[in-house]
Amino acid sequence: MIGYLVRRIFAVIPVLLLVAVAVFSLLQLTPGDPAQLIAGDTATPEQIQAIREKLHLDQPPLVQAMAWGSALAHGDLGTSLLSGVPVTTLIAQRIEPTLMLALLTIILAVCVGVPLGTFAATRVGSLIDRLVMLLSVMAFSVPVFILAYGLVYFISLKLHWLPAQGYKPLSAGLGATLNSLMLPAVALCGVYMAQIARVTRAAVIEVLTEDFIRTARAKGLSRLYVLIVHALPNAAIPIVTIIGFGVGGLLGGVVVTETVFNIPGLGQLAASAILQRDYPIIQALTLLFAVVYVLVNLLVDLSYGLFDPRVRVWKAVNR
Amino acid sequence: MNMLPANPKLPLLAVENLSVEFRSGRQWVPAVCNVNFSVEPGETLCIVGESGSGKSVSTLSVMGLLPERTARRSSGRIQFDGRALETLSDAEMTAIRGRDIGMIFQEPMTSLNPAMRIGTQLAEVVRRHAGASPRTARRQALEMLERVRIPDAASRLDAYPHELSGGMRQRVMIAMALMSRPKLLIADEPTTALDVTIQAQVLALIAELKREFGTSVILITHNLGVVAEMADRVAVFRAGEKVEEAPVVELFDRPQHPYTRALLAATPRLGGGSWREGRVLQTIDGAPSPSVMPAPADAGTALRASGLGKRFGQTTGWLGRLAKPIRAVDGVSLELPRGQTLAIVGESGCGKSTLARMLMLTIAPSEGDIEIDGQATASLRGEARRLVRRRIQMVFQDPFASLHPQMTAKQIVAEPLVNLGGDDSRTIDAKVARLFDLVGLSPAMLGRHPFEFSGGQRQRIAIARAIVLNPAVVVADEPVSALDVSVQAQILNLMASIQRELGLSYIFISHDLSVVEYIADTVAVMYLGRIVERAPRAALYRSPLHPYTTMLFQSVPSLDPNARRFGHRIAANELPSPSNIPTGCRFRTRCPFATELCAASDPALAAQDNGHEVACHYPGIATQDGQARMSELA
Repeated sequence: MIGYLVRRIFAVIPVLLLVAVAVFSLLQLTPGDPAQLIAGDTATPEQIQAIREKLHLDQPPLVQAMAWGSALAHGDLGTSLLSGVPVTTLIAQRIEPTLMLALLTIILAVCVGVPLGTFAATRVGSLIDRLVMLLSVMAFSVPVFILAYGLVYFISLKLHWLPAQGYKPLSAGLGATLNSLMLPAVALCGVYMAQIARVTRAAVIEVLTEDFIRTARAKGLSRLYVLIVHALPNAAIPIVTIIGFGVGGLLGGVVVTETVFNIPGLGQLAASAILQRDYPIIQALTLLFAVVYVLVNLLVDLSYGLFDPRVRVWKAVNR
Repeated sequence: MNMLPANPKLPLLAVENLSVEFRSGRQWVPAVCNVNFSVEPGETLCIVGESGSGKSVSTLSVMGLLPERTARRSSGRIQFDGRALETLSDAEMTAIRGRDIGMIFQEPMTSLNPAMRIGTQLAEVVRRHAGASPRTARRQALEMLERVRIPDAASRLDAYPHELSGGMRQRVMIAMALMSRPKLLIADEPTTALDVTIQAQVLALIAELKREFGTSVILITHNLGVVAEMADRVAVFRAGEKVEEAPVVELFDRPQHPYTRALLAATPRLGGGSWREGRVLQTIDGAPSPSVMPAPADAGTALRASGLGKRFGQTTGWLGRLAKPIRAVDGVSLELPRGQTLAIVGESGCGKSTLARMLMLTIAPSEGDIEIDGQATASLRGEARRLVRRRIQMVFQDPFASLHPQMTAKQIVAEPLVNLGGDDSRTIDAKVARLFDLVGLSPAMLGRHPFEFSGGQRQRIAIARAIVLNPAVVVADEPVSALDVSVQAQILNLMASIQRELGLSYIFISHDLSVVEYIADTVAVMYLGRIVERAPRAALYRSPLHPYTTMLFQSVPSLDPNARRFGHRIAANELPSPSNIPTGCRFRTRCPFATELCAASDPALAAQDNGHEVACHYPGIATQDGQARMSELA
């Protein structure tokens, strides 16, 4: 088991290196003169030159890469071209709302999606099953911003149950934070909930046809017990996989949601950086999102061993 | 012998007029029609029948475990222990299942929860039914594992199912079914997926536990040998109906129904001889006329293998520990004369399928070479290798999984010709039609897809596909072990008649010695990657020289209820792991005759009389002659 853990963790390193190279190349691959592009149409040659020097664009690519990589290794992600504030500081200021929003969204999606999918799986073909599937298709198909504005209109503007905009930090109390994030999280979680419900349903349906489920029933165990104790753990691998993908997708989702609900998080930071061509911020956020994605999927991989003891002997099976 | 109490009591289970229907689209079609059967206390009732006979469905409806939505009981009364099971609620049935009726299923590999420890799965039963505390339940689980004689039971409690062999898993299943000492045990084909040696052990165990706990047993099987070994009374099912019921001796001595008689006639039995001697396996719908056909003499060699070996797991990934290589096949030499059949027998894990895949040139040997039609293959690459590979074709075990579901029968058979190129479509059509005729399929079936065929018909398609390129050798890996007895007889007859007509050479891999006797000219017995005995069929069946071969023969159920073999206790005794091969003679850990010499030195395959070869320091010791000789020496 330890060997399996270590191997999986080491296998992530080349992926992270590739990510770093790709992020560095973002600037290099910009068509034309990146400095000109960043500075905008109205910039003077001096301004362009200043940007060029600041980003080491006057150096050969290899030297630039070394400088960027070495700074990265020291935790230095550069400074914002517009505000001159270190990117790490900007990220630190903005990370809490995004983290809370993502966490709340995924918890909501799992807590609703898994039971819904499991329930549908026990009643395949029934009216309830079809209703659940119809709902999940709708949740999957409606764009986040439409759902978001719809929720704002009804829940906030008509019913005045929840605030329409803004974010209350954790320092103002967990209740206040949750209150401010509930609408955005509900709007954002629809897609993931639908995905999780569908995958859970399919996985549980398949497991329920397995011989060992019949064995469990023949032992005189109740339906509910068999479903929760015998079927769900064996259906867990596709479910955690789709949750892992969901977390990756969430990082893109927050950009829209944070803009709609005016939440000062990383998504908003990314959106404004892109509009202002603030390359160090874009690079840093791309890098951060990619690293989070890789790490989440590493966790997903490791959890396979938790759910299926056969994965732990992966090595023997592969030979 | 049946140990019934003196005064005939009510039967433990009485099933009356049971009918079950299956859903087919929007309709319900009958699967079981008005079936009656009963089980007395302490009795073993065998329900025998082929697939689709309704034998499993009947017992599943006793358990109330018919697949919901696709099957339903349409009529019938099920009296069990004074209660009418058909009137009980789901909750009441749940309380009876596992407590009063235990059940063992066919597939030990898939019938245990792969993500749960053995001990937990066993403990669940008594925790559920007796409300036992975790500690008590665990203690009882351990006791039960010891009762079914799982070696090192204490450490097995925390094992997961995949860490156990098939035979051990079936012991766990038995332990689980008996955890709360049920009055009735239903065993649905409990040994079908097991090797013949393990089957003997598991059947002996069931018989022993039945005697000890006084449990009544319903044993469902398609194997008449198992019936002869186990039954007090037998019910024969066919197509959803019970056609005959009789005490076991009566059934075997004086079968009444034509179907029972046909079933008995279609079952290959040891000592029946080979098709070359004019023997024909009866099939349910009549048999082709017999014809004597001696093996062709000296027609050359179709396939020769020398010093074949295959090691797995030598290379290790980075950071991986250096694993000990598994020697799946070790120093195997073979020769297959043209027009003959070489059978390879052995338990699962003995390396016979790895050997087959090497002979097929689909995996490369670690050492040794294979000659096909006199051409060495080891150095062949690319196109030359592809050409020689066409000379050797394969028929697989599972006809349901080995045909492409989206291709028609014609496309499947024609595919090798199409790939080869050269023939125009009219020639290909003609060839395929001829082959269909040869394997006994109607031309009307050409356009059908595999799911429209029965298992036997699919195996006919697989055979047609294998011989369409006119190969030198056909490797058949357990080609009949997934088929019903009557269909098995048809396929074996077909393989014999094709060999007679086309002069094909077969490598026939099987664990079933009675099937091998019918089809083989030469038999090679494999044990842990080596050939331990090889002989012409008649010589091997007359006097096996290796103790392992003798053990295999003794494990075959007898088909004679008056000459049962498994009444005595048989110790759990399984094939060692190929990663941990015993020193000296590989078989010595399971050999009752092993001596110090066997531990010290590894016997080579040495020639005896009449082309008989054996790898044993004491050839023939397991026979009575051999034992007499040994006692003289001592």
